[in-house]
Amino acid sequence: MKNITFSQATLEAMEEEMSRDASIYVMGEDIARQGGIFGQFKGLPDKFGDRVKDTPISETAIIGMAVGSALAGMRPVADMHFADFVGVCMDEIFNQMAKVHYMFGGQKTVPVVVRAPDGIINQAAAQHSQCVEAWFAHIPGLKVVIPSNPADAKGLLKSAIRDDNPVIYFEHKGLFSMKGDVPEGDHLVEIGKARIDREGTDLTIVTWSMMTHHAAKAADKLAAEGVSVELIDLRSVSPWDKEAVLKSVAKTGRLCVAQEAVKQGGFAAEVAATVAEEGLDYLDAPIVRVGAPFSPVPFARPLEQAYRVTADTIYNAVKKIL
Amino acid sequence: MEAPNITRVTPEIPVREYGKERLESFYETMLKIRKFERTIEENFLGGEIPGFVHLYIGEEAIAAGVMSNLTERDYIESTHRGHGHTIAKGADLNRMMAEIYGKKAGYCQGKGGSMHIADFSVGMLGANGVVGGGYNLAAGAALAQKLQGRKDISAVFFGDGASNRGTFHEAANVASVWKLPLLFVCEMNEYASTTPYRTATSVADISRRAYGYDMPAVIVDGNDVFAVHEGSKKLIDSIRAGEGPAFLECKTYRVKGHFVGDPEKYRTREEVQKNIDERDPIMLFERKATESGVFAPNELTAIQARVDAQIAAALKFARESPEPAVSDLFANLYV
Repeated sequence: MKNITFSQATLEAMEEEMSRDASIYVMGEDIARQGGIFGQFKGLPDKFGDRVKDTPISETAIIGMAVGSALAGMRPVADMHFADFVGVCMDEIFNQMAKVHYMFGGQKTVPVVVRAPDGIINQAAAQHSQCVEAWFAHIPGLKVVIPSNPADAKGLLKSAIRDDNPVIYFEHKGLFSMKGDVPEGDHLVEIGKARIDREGTDLTIVTWSMMTHHAAKAADKLAAEGVSVELIDLRSVSPWDKEAVLKSVAKTGRLCVAQEAVKQGGFAAEVAATVAEEGLDYLDAPIVRVGAPFSPVPFARPLEQAYRVTADTIYNAVKKIL
Repeated sequence: MEAPNITRVTPEIPVREYGKERLESFYETMLKIRKFERTIEENFLGGEIPGFVHLYIGEEAIAAGVMSNLTERDYIESTHRGHGHTIAKGADLNRMMAEIYGKKAGYCQGKGGSMHIADFSVGMLGANGVVGGGYNLAAGAALAQKLQGRKDISAVFFGDGASNRGTFHEAANVASVWKLPLLFVCEMNEYASTTPYRTATSVADISRRAYGYDMPAVIVDGNDVFAVHEGSKKLIDSIRAGEGPAFLECKTYRVKGHFVGDPEKYRTREEVQKNIDERDPIMLFERKATESGVFAPNELTAIQARVDAQIAAALKFARESPEPAVSDLFANLYV
């Protein structure tokens, strides 16, 4: 094990995979000369030269070219700067990248990874703070991963790069500087497999990304009151580990699903609906969802603080179903 | 004032010097497209073919002329009006027709239909149902060719309507700044769906836009296969020499509606008929081929009969092929 930051973990994943396979290259805005706006690509051009490419501010070209080059035998990793900017190249993602393999009868795979830094940090306001994973979980043909810690950041990025399907890789901006233990060697994490963050018997909290850390704090507080929480970090939202969730709810009888994104139409709704459809008999109380209010992310400090889902939000929601 | 990047190319090589094989290939390619599409049109109107069908009839010289300068290692990205490009790139008529009929033996196993045919084995990376969806994919294919150290090129076909998409401008800029081996082929057919280009496009010659991206451009008569061949050759030679992307504008006319069944209320029948009578690319070719003395009229008839037989065989193949099984629904969704 070694103790490194989330950002370093992603960099290790890139270095290891790019050393292993010469068809992998990475492109995006400010990644070669600048090293990425969060430093997550620092040093990569020294090792890989022209395989690390600064692009114009042209998200449509970035994703379109990623797809086109994949059709011609490359394995691109495309950086989106901020997850909020994927809207600019949405056609390239949902009409091209996600559909080529299916629509052309399996003639060609599209091994593209789209890296998308998401989430609220430092009052970045409405167009630099969003969590949009649910949009992509709604698109057949894509895989969507969303790690919460350095070990999973590395293992999922390596798996995403090796996957022959297109993968959207959400990395929370607030996690980049967070340290954690990462296994030595060729560390891979299976896409679609949840991680049981802690085992418990009274209540299941299902969450992902940054929210895992808030949920853990809420679980600590509940543990002090004698409530045993099973905390599941989904790690992937498409495909997602339905079996792990149903198995946990069968044990605990109570479910809270927590997300940073706007609650309405979010991925928590998918988890909740699935448990209601397939595991209603397990439940001893209504399912509770936690998510942000139905508004853009506001700028001003008191507004942003009121908007954010925190450990207290989760704690208060859970108290209603205990 | 003419933009300084533009050259207008008219054919200079005497028809005889093309050689019989090349001329036969022009003719056979254009005829295949024409007859293939006439068959589709007829069977779509007869209720046999489902979905949307967009015809390339009247624009055959562009696909035949450009593709005569490409190899199987070169890539193309096509459009919703893509049968012509696909045929000219060398795709199999049986599998194309089967796809248009939604059959399992089709190129996409019945998952794509008319607007989504691809044949990666001949470098045809796909038709595209989204207007302007192909530029950046083609730029990516060109980037791959460059990264892989290949001498091959990519070409993207699009209409005047698609030149108004932002995707064009992003692809043109990055292709120019990275000197990608990419040919932009604008099929200026005067109509964007039902909208006349003059009412929706800021320039009379779309190739003026290439000037903004420091790209050389050639304008040719898109209904003259000789002009398209010579104009595209000039640009493709420069792209292969590492000079970066280039822009070919082919002036043509969409003699068919936007889709089969389009009532075409946006133009007069006289306008359409005048283009058919005076500018039909196959008629123009036949005139030149026989006037030059290279072909006797009965030689052309023999080629026509050969193509008729191929189309009839493709139709029979498509009609007799089985439909996909319902169990194929999820096939090829994920690897």
